[in-house]
Amino acid sequence: MKARGRLLLFALAGPALAAVLVIGFTGLPSFGDYHGVYGAVVTGVELTERHATDYVTALNFDLRAFDTLGEEFILFASVTGVLLLLRAMRDEQVQDRHDDLGAHDYLGSSAALRVLALLLAVVLTALGGYVVLHGALTPGGGFQGGVVLAAGPIAVVVAGRFLAVRGALPEWALEALDAVGAAAYALLGLAGLVLASVYMKNFISLGIPGHLLSAGFMPLNSIAVGLEVTGGFLLILTEYLDQALLIRRGQS
Amino acid sequence: MQAAALVLVAITGTAVALARQPLRQTLLLGIYGMALTVMFFSVQAPDVALSEIVVSTVALPLIILAALRKISEQERHREREEDEER
Repeated sequence: MKARGRLLLFALAGPALAAVLVIGFTGLPSFGDYHGVYGAVVTGVELTERHATDYVTALNFDLRAFDTLGEEFILFASVTGVLLLLRAMRDEQVQDRHDDLGAHDYLGSSAALRVLALLLAVVLTALGGYVVLHGALTPGGGFQGGVVLAAGPIAVVVAGRFLAVRGALPEWALEALDAVGAAAYALLGLAGLVLASVYMKNFISLGIPGHLLSAGFMPLNSIAVGLEVTGGFLLILTEYLDQALLIRRGQS
Repeated sequence: MQAAALVLVAITGTAVALARQPLRQTLLLGIYGMALTVMFFSVQAPDVALSEIVVSTVALPLIILAALRKISEQERHREREEDEER
């Protein structure tokens, strides 16, 4: 269809769509207008029954912890898929540059960038650990803290030191991190089955709300999910950057 | 505050859709992610805002840029092979 025909069609359909949108948006209930029952019950119950002050994490890791099990294994399966698809194929070879750690100083990388990346890596690792550990107390939790933890090595990669990151975090360590996180989450559920006769039931004593060691097994869940997300993201990162920087189509 | 955040999201989203090159779209995606984060924060959803900021400014541009680099390298390799054949 020519451009003029498309413009004519838009001139007919655009105002109709705009009219529908305006009528719809002006008839929306106001922000915060909630008629359901489950939400009111959950927000009333989470502080008193679960001793958690972050209601979203308490929902993710305690009241609906089984759904989070499924989500974590979605992430695990997708990381496995990426690893399968991006492995070195038969007609490609991986350049072994382990003795050449400063090799990928790309154009524009400088000492100032490296210092900034070092500072950022330290700050991001500390911030990520904080967000993971305080999952039940402040906004955040396992997933968000895990990705912030993974952003530390990414800052080092941006400064041009990809081979140093590969040397410090070899692939077997990242795979172990990912697998241990995923397994720990499932095993916590099994511990709930053994010790409290329901899979994924909170079996550790709930402490005083607001303290670090409170809300039962939510900090443990948060740590398990954080380990898995960190391992998964860093694996995806190293696979993609291996493809971009180290694997060449060559004669083998 | 919410209205301003929504307008910012609309403007940056349009900018992402109107950019033609993948590299430019990636950078605009980072800015769009930050605008979305401000919007989520203004409607009192800090967990979602945290997830959005780490995914859209760290993970997504990284994956797209690595894929773009790999594609351009394959194109250069193919052009070099075609030049050698001639």
